[in-house]
Amino acid sequence: MSPETSAAAEHHHHPALAHHFDSLAEQNEAATLGMWVFLVTEVLFFGGALMAYSIYRSWYPGAFASASHHLDVTLGAVNTAVLIVSSLTMAMAVHAAQLGERGKLKAFLLITMVLGATFLVVKGFEYHEKYVEHHIPGLGLPFDYSAEPQFAATAQIFFSIYFVLTGLHALHMIVGLGIMTWMYIWAANGTIDKDYSSPIEISGLYWHFVDIVWIFLFPLLYLIGRHASGAH
Amino acid sequence: MASTAPIAPLPTLPKKHYLNDGTTVASWLLTRDHKRIALLYLVAVTVFFVIGGLFAVLVRLELATPAGDLLSDDSYNKVFTMHGVMMVFFFLIPAIPGTLGNFLIPIMIGAKDLAFPKLNLASWYIFMIGATFGTYSVLNGGLDTGWTFYTPFSTVASTSAVVPAALGVFINGFSSILTGLNFIVTIHRMRAPGMTWFRLPLFVWSHYATSLIMVLGTPVLAITVVLVAAERIFSFGIFDANRGGDPVLFQHLFWFYSHPAVYIMVLPAMGVMSELVAASCRKPVFGYTFVAFASLAIAIIGFFVWGHHMFVAGQSVYAALIFSILSFLVAVPSAVKVFNWTATMYKGAVSWQTPTLYAIGFIGLFTIGGLTGLFLSSVGLDIHLTDTYFIVAHFHYIMVGGTIMGYLGGIHFWWPKMTGRMYNELLAKISAALIFFGFNLTFFPQFVVGYLGMPRRYHAYPPEFQMLNVLSSAGASILAVGYALPLSYLIYSLKYGKVAGNNPWGAVGLEWTTTSPPPTANFEETPLVTWDAYEYPARVEGHVA
Repeated sequence: MSPETSAAAEHHHHPALAHHFDSLAEQNEAATLGMWVFLVTEVLFFGGALMAYSIYRSWYPGAFASASHHLDVTLGAVNTAVLIVSSLTMAMAVHAAQLGERGKLKAFLLITMVLGATFLVVKGFEYHEKYVEHHIPGLGLPFDYSAEPQFAATAQIFFSIYFVLTGLHALHMIVGLGIMTWMYIWAANGTIDKDYSSPIEISGLYWHFVDIVWIFLFPLLYLIGRHASGAH
Repeated sequence: MASTAPIAPLPTLPKKHYLNDGTTVASWLLTRDHKRIALLYLVAVTVFFVIGGLFAVLVRLELATPAGDLLSDDSYNKVFTMHGVMMVFFFLIPAIPGTLGNFLIPIMIGAKDLAFPKLNLASWYIFMIGATFGTYSVLNGGLDTGWTFYTPFSTVASTSAVVPAALGVFINGFSSILTGLNFIVTIHRMRAPGMTWFRLPLFVWSHYATSLIMVLGTPVLAITVVLVAAERIFSFGIFDANRGGDPVLFQHLFWFYSHPAVYIMVLPAMGVMSELVAASCRKPVFGYTFVAFASLAIAIIGFFVWGHHMFVAGQSVYAALIFSILSFLVAVPSAVKVFNWTATMYKGAVSWQTPTLYAIGFIGLFTIGGLTGLFLSSVGLDIHLTDTYFIVAHFHYIMVGGTIMGYLGGIHFWWPKMTGRMYNELLAKISAALIFFGFNLTFFPQFVVGYLGMPRRYHAYPPEFQMLNVLSSAGASILAVGYALPLSYLIYSLKYGKVAGNNPWGAVGLEWTTTSPPPTANFEETPLVTWDAYEYPARVEGHVA
């Protein structure tokens, strides 16, 4: 705790209350607004890449439909389910934190983290499959699209966007796992209690946001236009 | 202290204030006090201003003669690029929000600190890390893409340090985002009792509008830079025309941030202006609500004008038409501000202090910058003027004539509040005059030479343009003296300046009700606000210390 906080300690009822706020409620509201503003920046961050996606999809519908066939829709669907369930367990963690049920909070945080890690492992298998099939458009690796040579150039645009979007999403998942670890420590050492559950709430906002990004990425990358080019 | 003896009847410094509340290096580098973080920014941006300025010196020296004799063409490309990168990303964008915004917003709204003090310190560190990458790219061969990083040159052709510079810009963007986020939450949630939205000083309004742009625009720059880096490092092909990618898409994404970024630079200066004009004329700002909403209008319309940077880049004529109309439209709220400041000054009891000189200078220079912007909004004329010195002159009138005049005016106005001491008024007035004349001599000839057809970004030019370029270089040397002077007399004043007292200008505003320098918690007790922002002259009497 900083010196100015301890100097004003006689006004405090809760150790988590910072010196420049009058009450925990005020502090929690500020933190929540801060996270919402941050999520707005995240929307625009992904928005730039989605803009590139939309333009190229409209320019090269054939290549995009063809290339999306090379993504494993089963693994993608499994991952979608994993993340949706992790959002549920995250919401239950927030509920447990608000009720001050430390045991349940720790359990739900742990399940959320396991599900998040599962997502990343599955994603790793998908990336490996792309490597084996020579569908990585860069890094000096051979790119092979000889089955449909008319799309060989523009399919690389699809895969570039695929790796940028899913890579950034995976990075956000890793950051999310870091936050969850931090929250688990705070839950275990008693920093989080009934009156100070807002760190769990705003971490939850972040987690749900990262899930929602995937809810957009899955149909955009895996599903749209699958029926348009021949069955595989 | 030796200087206090002969001036005994004058006000004295408070015993305990934020500057002597901890004197170790750690008490500065680990501080969460927004006022100390503001001073950290002040030092940092001054360093980057000097670095950027040195590159400008090289540019003006090279252009003093028509032949490319001082620098090779490759070196010249790097010199103007590094001038632009340093000035735009590491000086102009953080300068006013980082220093004056950080210092003043909590005090002006009657709060003890920003909503997230640790995040505020983190912003400064992130800024420094980004700036370190920027500086590294300077030392490691420099960058030659222009500050705009245009593809495909930046992705496939340039052999210079694109990745470290891009990384520096990317990291620096997060500092900007977090500062904007902190300001938004602070202004929403930390206002003192009675400090309603329409009692906020216009400085706070303009920083609110600035923060919106920081939060909405900067992430788009971040993803754009990520895409460029992915193309350079991993050789992905999103902007690669060989694979069907579109280099112009980069320009759209880049200017979606970088045009609003101009308003990140100039809106805070406009906020400073409103305070300066009101205080120097002892009148309420004319049409407060209009000025407040003009800030928001500039922020919002500013997001829809980016295409005017691309009139010659192959966009459809219909898009060009829309962007042209919208660009004209953004002049309306800008003009509202200029008219309202002049209306405030009209029949005011103008006091000719240094901040007043900067304020008047700002109005003149910003007006020229704004009006020449209208030339560039009209598609036909813009095609003639694109990539000429006319553009260079135009945006320097906004960025230097606007932002730096506002920044220096604000530093002079709030210096007594920040440090508790006054600077040498005569030297300050001389330097303000030098900056004004030096600036005009530097940049006005560039309008002419640009209109005559001299392109930007070349180290050599036809001999018939020499006279105007020599004028410009001569002006730049006067400007350099004008900028060097404040650096010396402001530092001198830290120790030897007259003690200022709480309210040396007889200004209203919560910051003038607390001590100079303020205590760490800003106020002895949280103020209760029952008055509007500019109740001149009625409230002044009670405020003068």
